[in-house]
Amino acid sequence: MRKTERNMRTWREARDARDARVAAGRAFANHKVVETRDVVALLEAVIRPGDRVCLEGDNQKQADFLAQCLAAVDVRRVHSLHMVQSGVVLPEHLDVFESGVAKRLDYAYSGPQASRIATMLFGGKIELGAVHTYLELFARYFLDLTPHVALIAAVSADREGNLYTGPNTEDTPTVVEATSFKDGLVIAQVNEIVERVSRVDIPGDCVHFIVKSDKPFYVEPLFTRDPAAITESQILTAMLAIAGIYAPYHVRRLNHGIGFNTAAIELLLPTYGERLGLKGKVASHWAVNPHPTLIPAIESGWVEQIHSFGSEVGMDNYIRARSDVYFTGSDGSLRSNRALCQTAGLYACDLFIGSTLQIDLQGHSSTVTASRIAGFGGAPNMGSDARGRRHSSDPWLRAGEEADPGAPALLRRGRKLVVQIGETFGDSHTPLFVEKLDAITLAEKLRLDLAPVMIYADDVTHIVTEEGIANLLLCRTNDEREQAIRGIAGYTDVGRGRDRKMVQTLRERGVIRRPEDLGINPLDADRSLLAARSIKDLVRWSGGLYEPPSRFRNW
Amino acid sequence: METFSYHHKVPQRASGSKPMAIVGVVASGNLEVLVERVLPDTDCELDIKTAAEGFGAVWKQVVADFVELRSPGGLKLSVNDGGARPDTVALRLAQAVRLIEEADP
Repeated sequence: MRKTERNMRTWREARDARDARVAAGRAFANHKVVETRDVVALLEAVIRPGDRVCLEGDNQKQADFLAQCLAAVDVRRVHSLHMVQSGVVLPEHLDVFESGVAKRLDYAYSGPQASRIATMLFGGKIELGAVHTYLELFARYFLDLTPHVALIAAVSADREGNLYTGPNTEDTPTVVEATSFKDGLVIAQVNEIVERVSRVDIPGDCVHFIVKSDKPFYVEPLFTRDPAAITESQILTAMLAIAGIYAPYHVRRLNHGIGFNTAAIELLLPTYGERLGLKGKVASHWAVNPHPTLIPAIESGWVEQIHSFGSEVGMDNYIRARSDVYFTGSDGSLRSNRALCQTAGLYACDLFIGSTLQIDLQGHSSTVTASRIAGFGGAPNMGSDARGRRHSSDPWLRAGEEADPGAPALLRRGRKLVVQIGETFGDSHTPLFVEKLDAITLAEKLRLDLAPVMIYADDVTHIVTEEGIANLLLCRTNDEREQAIRGIAGYTDVGRGRDRKMVQTLRERGVIRRPEDLGINPLDADRSLLAARSIKDLVRWSGGLYEPPSRFRNW
Repeated sequence: METFSYHHKVPQRASGSKPMAIVGVVASGNLEVLVERVLPDTDCELDIKTAAEGFGAVWKQVVADFVELRSPGGLKLSVNDGGARPDTVALRLAQAVRLIEEADP
């Protein structure tokens, strides 16, 4: 019996199925090239009901033309798809669930659609697999969530399907690797079809169809922070982070989140950092996108090397002219790669620092609020200790020692510095500190197995607010942790509920450090301390190479 | 508009000799602090005019912490608040004292 079964199998059914899809698609193609008007028909011909489909898009680039085409297919022919994609960002990403083209969803990030996705999840319109981190979803592409069809975006293609993804390569190599080498079908939208691509980011034999989109694929300038919007409280938190964490731990390898507090740190390196004598000693190697606010630090000689998840709108010419700092291809432009940069952030960074929306009394943090599910993106990988790490570094060893001073040094794990930074009150006086995360309420309501926690308490090492730094590595009991957090929670209800005597003891032990404990003059918390105070200043620092998108120009 | 007045006894006088200093701006979400060296060394007074009503308990706490931390003896601080967050208020009060304590350039 077993033998017969084995003999009856071809052992290449998936490959045959892919070949059949390609054959069905050929009816709409000239070799690999499909006319713009035929793309909906192509998708109807090659996608089968129930397929796992990766529609490329993350927090930056979007295969927006293919998204529109997928939203326009006949639901009688294409339906019940299982979408496995980094980002739920465009309206079309959710339109396909409204119409029934798609049914199930596994994803990582949903910033701009955070409200609508919450409504649809509550309304049962989407069958949710899980919300992942980028790296985690990529990992599943190679195990149980391999796409049958990938719809991707590139800058240009030649007629053989060789793709140039340009500065915004991002997720494309990972998506194509998983799909193409496991009998899936790859369709690319490109801005132009050329005789010869300026560099080969994706080899043509991995790409089955190409289509020229009606306009260049969309890229969101998510990592541009206007220095003009940085407040003095944010400057104070940035000074605390530099003087209280970067300096004592000698943090050289790091990742920054996208908030204004970390933008302030970037703009204080050439001024405040210089004054503290830290140049060459901290913040030299980065896993980070090409933040425009890093330009002054780069120009002042702070930064040796940056690897990036994606690019940033307007930074292309600056990057080309600074190839000593960035990773660039044979054509001179940036080569980004989300999966590899996330891996660098996870294993090779000694510090992650980022903002969040809610922190509870033990230090769990989340960006989920009652009506918004923003997803995780990359922060949980950046902001977690890699248990598989085996190389040492000064900051990692020191943090490990602070956490467990009694352990024998040769058997003691180090710790990544995972820092949450923010002001005690956010937009419209919303407190950063809460007794119970909205994420827990949401998980109860949606009956999820896990509350969507961005950074778990046991990974957080420090919390920085304008009131001071809480070093959670030095806390020995849950009670101490809670009081250390209350002790920097300012005038929020959580902060006002502190045990003042215990907070004083924690300060004496150095668990809590105030600005004055670090020699910070409050008068320095002034916008004049920023190396650039406007987008225009950043353009000047770059010698005119940075070309900010129009929404950031007021001249 | 709400007004509050606080009077505290403090252990130490604010250092320096400048008679007055001013920091901040009157704007939405911001505040201006005028500080004058006009009281006995053991006294500190704060007069607050705020555009945001209903935050009396927070003001009381912010002022108490400020006085305890800085011991601003001899100083009278007049605050004109445009609804700033407490963290901004605390920062401005600290800046005001620091400014009046600094030697003239």
